[in-house]
Amino acid sequence: MTSPERLRGAAAPKSHNARTIAALTTNPGCSRRAVMDAAGIDKERLAAYVGFPARFGQSQFAITRGNVFEAQLKADGCAELLRLLREVLGLPIPQVSYDDLESVDQLDARADRSRELLTRAAGGESGTLFDHPLLRLEVGGRWVYLEPDLIALQFGGTFYVVEIKSFAVIDGQADGTKVSAAATQAAVYVLALRRLLAEAGHDPGLVSHEVVLVCPENFSNRPVATLVDVRKKLSVLERQLARMARIDPILESLSPDLTFDLRPDSSGVPQRPVAELVDGLGQIDARYSPECLANCELAFFCRHEARGTTASLGKSVREELGGVPSVDLALSLASGAVAPADDQEEAAAMLRFAAQLRSECLS
Amino acid sequence: MSALTALARVSAVSSGVAQRIATVRHVHLSDRPLVFIPLALAGEANAPLAALVGSSFDSPQLLVVLQPRNRDERFAFAARLAAVFLSYVDSFRGETETVPAGRNTDPRERYVDAPQILVPNGGGVGFVRLLGRSTRFRRTEGEYAVEPSVPLLGRWLTFFAERAEYPGSSLLLNMTGALGMHWATGQSAVEDANLAALVGWIDPPDGMTGADAALEAEDPLTWPPAGPATDPTFDNEILAPAIEAGSLSRLESALRRQLEPTWELMWRGVSLLRNLPPGARVERRWAEDRDAFTGYASYVDEGGYPQARRDGAVAAAQRLARLERAQVLYDAQRAYDDPLILAEYRLTGEAFAGTVTASAPDRIDDSGKRRVLRPRVTVSSSDPVRFEPGVSVVSPARPSQTGRVVSVSPLPSGFEVVLELSGGMGRGLTAPPGSVPEVGERLTYTTLTESYQAPAAFPAREETPWTHGGPPVEYVPDDDDAVEEWS
Repeated sequence: MTSPERLRGAAAPKSHNARTIAALTTNPGCSRRAVMDAAGIDKERLAAYVGFPARFGQSQFAITRGNVFEAQLKADGCAELLRLLREVLGLPIPQVSYDDLESVDQLDARADRSRELLTRAAGGESGTLFDHPLLRLEVGGRWVYLEPDLIALQFGGTFYVVEIKSFAVIDGQADGTKVSAAATQAAVYVLALRRLLAEAGHDPGLVSHEVVLVCPENFSNRPVATLVDVRKKLSVLERQLARMARIDPILESLSPDLTFDLRPDSSGVPQRPVAELVDGLGQIDARYSPECLANCELAFFCRHEARGTTASLGKSVREELGGVPSVDLALSLASGAVAPADDQEEAAAMLRFAAQLRSECLS
Repeated sequence: MSALTALARVSAVSSGVAQRIATVRHVHLSDRPLVFIPLALAGEANAPLAALVGSSFDSPQLLVVLQPRNRDERFAFAARLAAVFLSYVDSFRGETETVPAGRNTDPRERYVDAPQILVPNGGGVGFVRLLGRSTRFRRTEGEYAVEPSVPLLGRWLTFFAERAEYPGSSLLLNMTGALGMHWATGQSAVEDANLAALVGWIDPPDGMTGADAALEAEDPLTWPPAGPATDPTFDNEILAPAIEAGSLSRLESALRRQLEPTWELMWRGVSLLRNLPPGARVERRWAEDRDAFTGYASYVDEGGYPQARRDGAVAAAQRLARLERAQVLYDAQRAYDDPLILAEYRLTGEAFAGTVTASAPDRIDDSGKRRVLRPRVTVSSSDPVRFEPGVSVVSPARPSQTGRVVSVSPLPSGFEVVLELSGGMGRGLTAPPGSVPEVGERLTYTTLTESYQAPAAFPAREETPWTHGGPPVEYVPDDDDAVEEWS
């Protein structure tokens, strides 16, 4: 049995944000990611050090555009946003007040102040916008600070999470992947806000399962707001967070000596032999699939390790091959060089037929 | 993904090179395609940044936007693209042929050839669609006037983008999609979206395996992304300073370096596809594309409106039904043209192959009022035949002849199938030689059919039922469309 602290070593824990929590839901069966994240290990740095750097660069043009759009919406006490929210939520005009919580410096103090204001508001009835609130969510036994773009309280007491994104909605349609990612992130905020209210003795149902997604419309900078239902995302998220809280069985199976400490010298340069780290990574099972490439910093390492598996060619390839795990085995069964195990009879017959068809048609 | 393709993928892993999953080419390939590689500025809604465009490998034309966030420069880019694009499209509006009247159609004229646009990937098709959307409504006079070629370009781009959704159309092809239809690599579909990696697997450089080539292709310094998205590091380290400096020559050379490797890949893709023999029904589908091209060209000439932002209820339902019919026909056509595609249906029990062991070509069915020629053949097959008696099947070797399954009986290995044939034998009571399969002939029979399917009936536009919003307001482009921001 080892502990998250021991695994991480002397490095400061890498904190989660809504995006990394959302990424957890994409491959829930991966023990390696679950352990790394629970231990707060800097996966990006680790991957780069063992020779498989992640490629998650962000263009400064995209960042600038996002910031400009958000600033435009929040200018003059959120004037533009209020107009939109009045439309989609029926936020009453005279009762809107605005609290900017960013003015509080310290993280804990900001989180406390946010909790205080939000729980107090839960009892009242006023239409309020909370800007830069700071929420906390327990992930794998540690508190994670989360910063939703905005929370709106509707007249009548329902809270709405507002998510501002700079991808365009053109003629009522937007990029499905981007909408889905935004909805998952927003679901993380909904969950955190619900837990906050529940702790304070309020009904978590006060937080709507619909989030307000604000995007630029068509080719302009004009914002448009859409309500997005995140119920499905919420249930996936809750299941995955519950699973992360139960990583003890995985930790139990690991050697007590196992650590991913990079042992930096006094100038911060890692001194740990790479082979030791690679060996350590190998001790925790990964479940690589090509989708990891877009979601996990360790993906290129895991892909390298998964060479020769049918899963590395995509989930559907493995399924079409009757679940046969390795490329070599699939080919041996197809050629008849290897006799199938009892549970492989059906897959083997199909593979032999497929191989016969291919050679018949290509000869 | 079929099991045959999955097996081809694992074979590719072990052999180190992509494996064929088609024996013939299923797309039309023009002698003079227009290769179009667009780049967009990150973070913006389809803001053009640059494009490399041209219809011959030796003469790519580079179009660059000096300040991608400037509205006027975007329209200037569209105007420059229009000059290249529209003259290419117009060059196909010469010779026509007369198509004789059909069952429900009058005789009509059709251009003997049509333009073909090639983009690197699905993102390229999306770029064409969105650039069409952002330019087709523009006004050529008054406030925010643009060059007359700009809205015309928008309508043509929209036409091509819509046609790209049509199964079997080759007017606008994306290269990763076209190559992926014919080869299976030893990597995943996610990784196949990278054109350089895909071409690396299909045609690895000497001394390299496909896997090596694909790995090298992932380095954005050697193989910049094929667009429309650019490499973020390029954006931050090269593009941003060049835009900041406002130097056209610097920007042009930077963007040319980003685009040229993809230009080369596109033409390598073209020659890889050209080396495949075309399927027998490719020409028939291209004729439909030529019909569509001819039809849209005359619609534009007659001053028709630009395509609406969204289809009305009836138009949307009709479009969907058309796409579904086209998909069914396209699937059948590919299977008829290509034994390897047909093999996928044999694997799933929707087809079987076998050898004719008995044939009664002169058999007459006199049980009805009229004596009819109904030859019977017995086919012995080692495939797992899963057909019930009564099912109708067709052999690609005699597409106009239908076989009804009379009986299926197991053999020591495989099955014996008795079929009763009708059609494709003339009108007499004796079958012309060759029209009935002879003993010893090897054949494949399938339930797939390419026979004419009548289109579904839909109400007229003005009779749209209230459940679907009632008759839509007639679409007339208005000022809102014309002055829409593009910022």
